[in-house]
Amino acid sequence: MEIPYTISTRPDTGLWNAKIGIWLFLASEVMLFGGLFSAYIFLRLDAQPGEWPHGLLNVPVGTMNTAILIMSSVTVVLAWAALKMRRYNAYWWYMLATIMCGVIFLFVKLYYEWPQKFEHYGVFLKPSALEKYEQYLGNNRRTEKGMEPRIEISGHLHNPEAIKDPSIKEYEIGLDPVFVDPNNPTNDRPHFLYVPPTDHIAKIEKEDVERIDSFGPWHSAYFASYFTITGLHGAHVLAGVLVFIYMWLPVSKKLYQRNPEHLANRVEVCGLFWHFVDLVWIFVFPLFYLL
Amino acid sequence: MNNPPDISQDPAEHEEYAHNVQKHVRGYLTVGALLLAFTGITVALSYVDFGTRKANIGVAMLVATLKAGLVAAIFMHLAAEKRLIYRVLIFTGLFVLALFWLTFLAWYNPVVR
Amino acid sequence: MDASTSLPAAAGHHHPHTHAGEHEHHELGWWRKYIFSTDHKVIGIQYGLCGLVFLFFGFSLMMIMRWQLAYPGQALPVIGKWLPYFFGPNTMPDGKMTPEFYNSLGAMHGTIMIFLGVVPVAFAAFGNFVVPLQIGAPDMTFPKVNAASFWAFGVGGVIMLTSFFVPGGAAKGGWTSYVPLSDIADKGPGFHPFLNGQTLWLVGFIFLITSSLLGAVNFITTIIQLRAKGLTWMRLPFFVWAQFVTAFLLLLAFPPLEAAIVMQLMDRTAATSFFLPAGMIVNGAPLHISGGGSPILWQHLFWFLGHPEVYVLILPAFGIVAEILANNSRKPLWGYKSLVFSVLVIGFLSFIVWAHHMWLTGMGSTVSAFFQTTTLLISIPSVIILSAFFISLWGGSIRFTVPMLWATAFLPMFGIGGLTGIPLAFNSADLYLHDTYYIIAHFHYIVAPGTIFGLFAGIYYWFPKATGRTMNEFWGKVHFWPSLICMNVIFLPMFLQGMLGMHRRWYDGGQGWTLSGEHIWGLTGFQWNTPISWAAWIMGLAQIPFIINFFWSIKHGKKVNDNPWEATTLEWTAPSPPPHGNFVITPVAYRGPYEYSLPGREKDFTMQNEPVEPAERSRRAAEPALAH
Repeated sequence: MEIPYTISTRPDTGLWNAKIGIWLFLASEVMLFGGLFSAYIFLRLDAQPGEWPHGLLNVPVGTMNTAILIMSSVTVVLAWAALKMRRYNAYWWYMLATIMCGVIFLFVKLYYEWPQKFEHYGVFLKPSALEKYEQYLGNNRRTEKGMEPRIEISGHLHNPEAIKDPSIKEYEIGLDPVFVDPNNPTNDRPHFLYVPPTDHIAKIEKEDVERIDSFGPWHSAYFASYFTITGLHGAHVLAGVLVFIYMWLPVSKKLYQRNPEHLANRVEVCGLFWHFVDLVWIFVFPLFYLL
Repeated sequence: MNNPPDISQDPAEHEEYAHNVQKHVRGYLTVGALLLAFTGITVALSYVDFGTRKANIGVAMLVATLKAGLVAAIFMHLAAEKRLIYRVLIFTGLFVLALFWLTFLAWYNPVVR
Repeated sequence: MDASTSLPAAAGHHHPHTHAGEHEHHELGWWRKYIFSTDHKVIGIQYGLCGLVFLFFGFSLMMIMRWQLAYPGQALPVIGKWLPYFFGPNTMPDGKMTPEFYNSLGAMHGTIMIFLGVVPVAFAAFGNFVVPLQIGAPDMTFPKVNAASFWAFGVGGVIMLTSFFVPGGAAKGGWTSYVPLSDIADKGPGFHPFLNGQTLWLVGFIFLITSSLLGAVNFITTIIQLRAKGLTWMRLPFFVWAQFVTAFLLLLAFPPLEAAIVMQLMDRTAATSFFLPAGMIVNGAPLHISGGGSPILWQHLFWFLGHPEVYVLILPAFGIVAEILANNSRKPLWGYKSLVFSVLVIGFLSFIVWAHHMWLTGMGSTVSAFFQTTTLLISIPSVIILSAFFISLWGGSIRFTVPMLWATAFLPMFGIGGLTGIPLAFNSADLYLHDTYYIIAHFHYIVAPGTIFGLFAGIYYWFPKATGRTMNEFWGKVHFWPSLICMNVIFLPMFLQGMLGMHRRWYDGGQGWTLSGEHIWGLTGFQWNTPISWAAWIMGLAQIPFIINFFWSIKHGKKVNDNPWEATTLEWTAPSPPPHGNFVITPVAYRGPYEYSLPGREKDFTMQNEPVEPAERSRRAAEPALAH
């Protein structure tokens, strides 16, 4: 028994099975990420003034990862075109390039971007204490200019033991540059470039603090959606890489020799998935890194 | 941009076909370059103050949609796809917009805030 | 319509004309053939059997709950002593149900009945077994994906069942798992950080969603790509249409819930606050959370699935009932095109009505007006479908076979369920009826005597196709009549209880509620629990003849030919049971699906693969009413 239209197209639809299958799957993926993005919109609209953080992510690295993902999208479509032209060697190299791009993307995410967050702390101040730390916050000027107030001071926590130890009365924060010079107009817009915390240490009394958290998913609705969406996106990248590795291994050569069009179709289907993953990132990048 | 036609058994035709794909390859490279350029533009634009944050979001989303459109139209061949796939995607698009829009409305128009 | 013009031009195409390849499959061992099979029929039957077991299990949970509702605080006789050995010592100490266990039973009853019972049977089992046969396909387009779908379902089901046996028991937040309750439930001392009821519920759900998505992709592709030659869209049996739309609902409505489930899982395991507002106080202590989340967000995403899910439950039953009505009234289904368009419109509208489950969250008049309008609009196609079914019966020579009994009973039962939903569509009426027994009665009329009757109809109807034997008719009737009566004794009084204001989640069945002194037909709201519970238990007994009949008939039922019901659709041209690859001769369709009692024919049914004769063609041209 053979299932019809696995490789050839059905005349009245003009499509082969897996192409419809992958597009339906992508439609469901649109709804999945649609659900997550609608949550993002909802939570962002719901946020109180000052609650939604800005400029906490590393823009150059994010830009680089975006470029890597775009390049991998190009290489995968070139790999497919190479198969269509029956150039297996070119296909093999393009595929390898795609896999490498995916691996680099994941590596940067998992070993550079994410761990960095967990070492960075944010101190949320009680509303009554905001005035006391005006020198770091610059809220008077911000109110004048009609900007959202700052309610959090972030940086490197020099005494992490203070979180657990009730006998220590204050946190020592190596301030992020924006809090050293809060009234400088260049700091009005979020500080896009990742700059390490300064040597300027601010002492913040515990009784003024509402909450202290590292930049993990527990930090805010912003980081919660950042980790969830990039995490789920990363899982998709990983899945894509694994499938591409399978298509790149010698198994694919055998399929190619048996029926090159079959392999081309498979690569097209996986390529569609990969482009979709790229497409999601195109929205993730500005929403989380830039805005 | 059209999809490359199915490969032919005839060697002469195959030659022409390969040439055809070659033309597409140039297109793919151009689009890749465009996407990289737009990424740079998005980053640059985020430093420009368009007055309100909403305006900045709007501009960034516009560029992102343009990029996404390029990926979908060229890399994913949606510029010339079969009707069936368009239909599926149109309905998906409608439903995802409904999800965004109505969720937004329900947030926007409560009895009490 | 001229048959020859609508054939897809498949000339010059590789198309397997016969399926001579069956021999190779004799090599498959027992495990590959019956357990890890990729054959759509085996997978369909696997889904069906598992789904039926889950249905009975879910129903049993409710039968235990009904004791607590009728006799709150009293020890459950006989089995009450044994249940703690099964569910754990803290569930039924001395046979008396604890509130926590009551909540677990309620949440898991809903979850199991819907996601492990009805969806697998209605969509996956019937869809898998019947759809490829009805469209003349050798199998599904992606047989391996199909098997993966079943096994994802299996894993999800096992995880859900396992959650009963972890410390603290299964999820207690209701089948809707509303937040913030579900975010903070099953946490703290006495609970495992991951292996607790609510977390396992979420993880199990991810597998069930995966299973549904894989199934939906497969169904849609199969229906689009593998229709037999000549089987144009408007010649598809209505059941196929219903499954087609159902698959789209699952495909597009489930993912937002999956997103929500991932977020709740993050809330529970990674300390995020997607659904938790700031300032939450639990057990007298403030929670250390960032806040900034929204409980309403969960409701939006949940009901974005939740409402289409209702149609996932009912549309396959519509399809089954349509097939059986046409077959047993020996006349074409009335208004085939209206039915098809109605089902498409239902599918579309079901995506934009979800917030009518959320009137109590305080939506403004603009949003309310929108959702009230769409909700009322969606009742129009539903009424068209029901009306078309009733009209189909008119003037037919009805045969009251067992499947037909169930199918005819479906009509008024679904009617009651649907019509009682209309008050709920209105914001103002719903504010009173929300979360009362009225709601319970309303949606159970749709899914219990509605969908489940449709499922029973389908089981009795297609049983001969799967086994080559019929189920016993007498015992079928013994199954049917008590079930019909008990269903109504169970659910009709619930409307009254609801209108008295009884809340659906009360642990004591409303005993401690002072206003329940009001009498309806001589009983208070609380006292009505007793007859309802007895009806539920009797209905449980009434399923025994079915279970015995089902298994007995597999080996000992009356042997029948390939088309025992004298039906017209393509599945009846295949041998019973169909071999691997289904058809001996690849079928070609020449006509619509319901050509019963065609004038000028000897027999009163004309199968879809019977070519149109020249004489018939000219007669059809003269009589437009015959042109399908």
